[in-house]
Amino acid sequence: MQFGIFSVGDVTTDPTDGRTPSEAERISAMTQYALKAEAVGLDVFATGEHHNPPFVVSSPTTHLGFIAAQTERLLLSTSTTLITTNDPVKIAEDYAFLQHLSGGRVDLMMGRGNTGPVYPWFGKDIRDGIKLAVENYHLLRKLWREPVVNWQGQFRTPLQGYTSTPAPLDGTPPFVWHGSIRSTEIAEQAAYYGDGFFHNHIFWNKEHTEQMVKLYRRRFEHYGHGAADQAYVGLGGQAFMASTEAEAKRVFRPYFDNAPVYGHGPSLEDFSEMTPLTVGTPEQVIERTLGFADYVGDYQRQMFLMDHAGLPTSLVLEQIEMLGTEVVPVLRAEFERRRPAHVPSDPPTHASLVAAGPDAPHHLVEPARARAEELAAQAEVTA
Amino acid sequence: MSRRIVVVTAGLTVPSSTRLLADQLAEATTAQVTARGEAVDIEFIELREVAGELATFMVTGGIPTPRLTELREQVAAAEGLIAVTPVFNGSYSGLFKMFFDALDKDSLAGTPVLIAAAAGSARHSLVLDHALRPLFAYLRAVVVPTGIFAATEDFGSHGLSDRITRAAAELAALVLSQGGYGVGGFAPDLAARPRRTSGTQVEADVTPFGDLLRGHSGTD
Repeated sequence: MQFGIFSVGDVTTDPTDGRTPSEAERISAMTQYALKAEAVGLDVFATGEHHNPPFVVSSPTTHLGFIAAQTERLLLSTSTTLITTNDPVKIAEDYAFLQHLSGGRVDLMMGRGNTGPVYPWFGKDIRDGIKLAVENYHLLRKLWREPVVNWQGQFRTPLQGYTSTPAPLDGTPPFVWHGSIRSTEIAEQAAYYGDGFFHNHIFWNKEHTEQMVKLYRRRFEHYGHGAADQAYVGLGGQAFMASTEAEAKRVFRPYFDNAPVYGHGPSLEDFSEMTPLTVGTPEQVIERTLGFADYVGDYQRQMFLMDHAGLPTSLVLEQIEMLGTEVVPVLRAEFERRRPAHVPSDPPTHASLVAAGPDAPHHLVEPARARAEELAAQAEVTA
Repeated sequence: MSRRIVVVTAGLTVPSSTRLLADQLAEATTAQVTARGEAVDIEFIELREVAGELATFMVTGGIPTPRLTELREQVAAAEGLIAVTPVFNGSYSGLFKMFFDALDKDSLAGTPVLIAAAAGSARHSLVLDHALRPLFAYLRAVVVPTGIFAATEDFGSHGLSDRITRAAAELAALVLSQGGYGVGGFAPDLAARPRRTSGTQVEADVTPFGDLLRGHSGTD
């Protein structure tokens, strides 16, 4: 199973001393978190992508490339890559290039983005969000899998005789996750292609997450990629730790109370009850996190949000250290103990995809095409 | 089968004249439904009790708190709605609007609604037609023609109870006539039946991906 941290890259004033980091300081801090993640044995670092203040993360592959140069084992990912407003041609090029730089330590998570003005800034319309995600991702798959692409869609300039360079490392496109909180179409998209489904999880009640993941699992099986419990599921989580629960709450409370997303609203206690947020001892975080598998099933990737709401760099580094040394080793052992043999522990990696060979379904633009046509034909006969 | 009518009331004090008006509307509606030989269950939602949860919902981008989730499902399942607000600064109260902002936009589609407002002065009487009616029109609810506006002095007049009776009769008739969509196949009316949802559950029916991809695969 993979464990890691994901960041939204917000520049937020520390509410305890009123200090706001510069953009340079924030970017440098994120780099330090990624390096720390590798140093303490975590598997994944994922960066968000935003194109408006107070965020700094507008150029993920630049940052991930910089981190790749300073790490050896860490898997570099996104949370999320805007499949709606980015040109899929540029995504294909940038992330293939990053694969080459990092020796294949790359996967991506597609997301639509919910900041209205970003769409018109990039020449798009937010009301086309789902259609953009469908069309652009389909084109991205082709660009990574077909040597020469001819294309005409609804949203982009047509392509004639286009070859995306560099081609994916070892002719093997990176594994892709699709992240969505509420849109069933995106769970369906992930299931159709046999990709991973990531639920952000941290701003919602567990019943909702459970329903979204179940829908994805059911449709993954429907499209013939494997049994529902073998589908690739990732979850977000949020924790703040200290040696006692009281101390963790004392330190974290001002950050919680002023946080950009939920500050000045629910109490820390109410929010901890409604969502997966755990503020307490490492043991409490372990217990809560292990409980996630009770409602989403055995899953493959757990990401934690550690650096937000103006938390100072030194504190975040301490938190990542505790996560890597005290929490994750126990989670690894316990999650494996409960996992049935037929359920994969890890999502596909570059190594496993290369090992599966060029004839594996991963290399098809639409691995479920035949299965979907067969199902449609059956439905017609029944009707 | 008993009809379910939900009364949403946004009074802030206990007791409140808004609630007083809501009680009279509920009573009159019960009388009108039972007079037509049907049973009715009236359920009250006092928004004051969920003011904190509504604030949480608003500032967290819609975290579904347990009590609010129940209320959203209750409203989406109601066969009729009585909505009563105090008038603040010439419009419905902020608390009243917050509740309707927290509903799914399809939760009241086609639902009969009786609108009412309590105010300190008769000079606010157009609030029903300038504020409440457009709100429920946006939600595609069916608002009965008679709205009830009660200024403080109306609580001492006879005209108020006559208007309440008329509005209750209109609501009762609409609630009881629901479901009459004629014989299938003669007109596209069955397909036009409003689809209501509370928005609290993940839809189990998903559009097959082939339909989503149609026209977007780059080859057609």
